[in-house]
Amino acid sequence: MTDLTQARSLTELDPRTKKRNAAEKRFRAYGVSAIAIGVVFLVILLWNIISAGLPAYTQTSLKLDVALTQEEVDKAESAVVKTTRYRKMIEAAMVAALQDQGIENPFSKSRDLVRMLSTGAPATLRDAVLADPSLVGQTSQFEFFMSSRADGYMKGRVTREDLARDKNLTPLHLDVIDRLVDAGMVERGFNWNFIFGVDASEARPEQAGMGASILGSFYMMMVVLMAAVPIGVATAIYLEEFAPQNWFTDLIEINISNLAAVPSIVFGILGIAAFIQFGGGVMGIAGFKQSVPLVGGLVLSLMTLPTIIIATRASLKAVPPSIRDAALGLGASKTQAVFHHVLPLALPGILTGTIIGLAQALGETAPLLLIGMIGLVATSYPEGFVSGFTEPNSAMPAQIYQWATRADPAFYERAWGGIIILLVFLLSMNIIAIILRRRFERRW
Amino acid sequence: MYDDIRLAERTDTMTDVKIAARNVNVHYGDNHAIKDVSVDIGDRAVTSFIGPSGCGKSTFLRCINRMNDTIDICRVTGDIELNGQDINDKSVDPVQLRAKVGMVFQKPNPFPKSIYDNIAYGPRIHGLARNKAELDEIVEKSLRRGAIWDEVKDRLNAPGTGLSGGQQQRLCIARAIATEPEVLLMDEPCSALDPIATAKVEELIDELRQNFSVVIVTHSMQQAARVSQRTAFFHLGHMVEFGETGQIFTNPQDERTESYITGRIG
Ligand SMILES: Nc1ncnc2c1ncn2[C@@H]1O[C@H](COP(=O)(O)OP(=O)(O)OP(=O)(O)O)[C@@H](O)[C@H]1O
Ligand SMILES: [Mg+2]
Repeated sequence: MTDLTQARSLTELDPRTKKRNAAEKRFRAYGVSAIAIGVVFLVILLWNIISAGLPAYTQTSLKLDVALTQEEVDKAESAVVKTTRYRKMIEAAMVAALQDQGIENPFSKSRDLVRMLSTGAPATLRDAVLADPSLVGQTSQFEFFMSSRADGYMKGRVTREDLARDKNLTPLHLDVIDRLVDAGMVERGFNWNFIFGVDASEARPEQAGMGASILGSFYMMMVVLMAAVPIGVATAIYLEEFAPQNWFTDLIEINISNLAAVPSIVFGILGIAAFIQFGGGVMGIAGFKQSVPLVGGLVLSLMTLPTIIIATRASLKAVPPSIRDAALGLGASKTQAVFHHVLPLALPGILTGTIIGLAQALGETAPLLLIGMIGLVATSYPEGFVSGFTEPNSAMPAQIYQWATRADPAFYERAWGGIIILLVFLLSMNIIAIILRRRFERRW
Repeated sequence: MYDDIRLAERTDTMTDVKIAARNVNVHYGDNHAIKDVSVDIGDRAVTSFIGPSGCGKSTFLRCINRMNDTIDICRVTGDIELNGQDINDKSVDPVQLRAKVGMVFQKPNPFPKSIYDNIAYGPRIHGLARNKAELDEIVEKSLRRGAIWDEVKDRLNAPGTGLSGGQQQRLCIARAIATEPEVLLMDEPCSALDPIATAKVEELIDELRQNFSVVIVTHSMQQAARVSQRTAFFHLGHMVEFGETGQIFTNPQDERTESYITGRIG
């Protein structure tokens, strides 16, 4: 025995040590390669999203001088379909512009010419006139969105070959567009409308924006914050600090853990049954109807509750019992011990758990499908703060899902663009979580 | 063997009984941790509990301020009277009891707050200070009595958890006396302290004896001999022997006590 240990020098590794070191090296290699694979996939994913989604943030538009006369505007406003006359004004303006620029107009019908513009252009003109009546009686420059095909041509998504089978646009349009670009009338600019605008119907992808659904998500998050966070944190504190340990609390605990694993679509069904059919239908509570952020937020609250409860309990558990003893030993009541000492220490963990729960809720799509947020085209902003909760609206993931299912590739591009916005929101929430955690931890 | 100078001249100065425990039994689930313990703890005196590890000293100590209430599986039976009142009576609020019976725990457990807030917490929740100046005064006085003032007076706003283990323990002692309890329970207060700090704490205990009743659990028999007037020896949940400290150490009645203090069991 002594011989053995004396015989071996320290610099010479014995077989056991060699084996141990090899095992450690192997394990490190596994770890590094796992991380590398993760990073590669992340880069691929981000690259895909950004390259497919970025075009949604620019939009081609046409600068056009339109002469507005009182007579024409009056005629248009007295007509049943008011935009028809405005379209005529745009048509006339465009024909005139082509003449001015010396660009040959290959279309006999001016209606065909304006196909390169968004079908929403007349409405844009009308809105401008209604907003500023002083425009009537003079010629002023307007910017009209080009149609999604024309926009796609400018972005390189649509080629002349594609248009061979297209009913909306012909290669002749593209020739005109090329000349208009040369003349400086067609330009691609940053698309604020995509971020702040509302959704548009299937025919006008160029006008669709995320704005309304961002607001919808915002209102739902408010509901989750106001419903799930206080209920969840209070439940967790009670269960962890005050509740007696018996079969009943054990049962509750098991159920909460199970709820966290319930597929989110089940919560959607619960939402229909409890809020829309019973709350809105049977009880007649105002605002409990299809597609409203109030109901959506409540459904997401149900879904987020287990996450918040579990995270809060975990961080309460992590507070050393000696702190509770210290407070109780000084004659603090249970409540004082919890609120003065335990809760502040658990707060960073609670905040992180809550924000992770919120982020989950923000990206959740399936329950929204059931309560009718998908399928709703949110073409207007809510009128006020309260109606933000009670008027049908969409939500970010619902909007993205909906765009992804529409046929026009321009919508597809917008779906990717919407994902970028969603990711930016999730990222900012996580950054806020990190900042808050740092801030609170530094206080101790 | 334990011929501390003071030991020889020690007399039983106990006059009034502060805490009287009768037939106390404690069960942790099926584990019978304290078996039929009866003991009288004197007012203005120091009582020490000695005994081998796991014999139930801490458990018994925690009965006196009802800290065992916080452990779900713990069941306490028997009578414990403080100033003649049953502390386990339904009408007694354990929170109020703990304000009167302070405790220093075996492991230092400062709040992760500033040193100042650690001391000020008790006085604050019990409304002992009318204003900031009074609170400052209490904090300074307590830290001085805890023999830690000189080390922390320049950094009262530094976190209490940033102190060394021994400093933390003295902070906890200062925190416990800041609420002016009638009884102070100390569970091995010096186990993390160096001899100098230990001497300071022992001095403090001696001083506290003027006003308080102090119960101290210790593994150091020299310490028990130095600071206490009466000593109780615990073994496997039984209180084997209880009497004047001088008598326990010089002339133990029970064989087990003798084995323990001469180092044969424990
Ligand atoms: N919270 C608890 N839950 C269950 N059993 C416990 C608990 N605390 C103590 N015990 C048990 O009670 C008995 C006495 O423990 P106690 O802590 O009172 O011993 P002690 O005399 O203070 O020992 P030490 O000198 O090591 O601190 C031990 O058998 C221990 O296992
Ligand atoms: Mg102990």
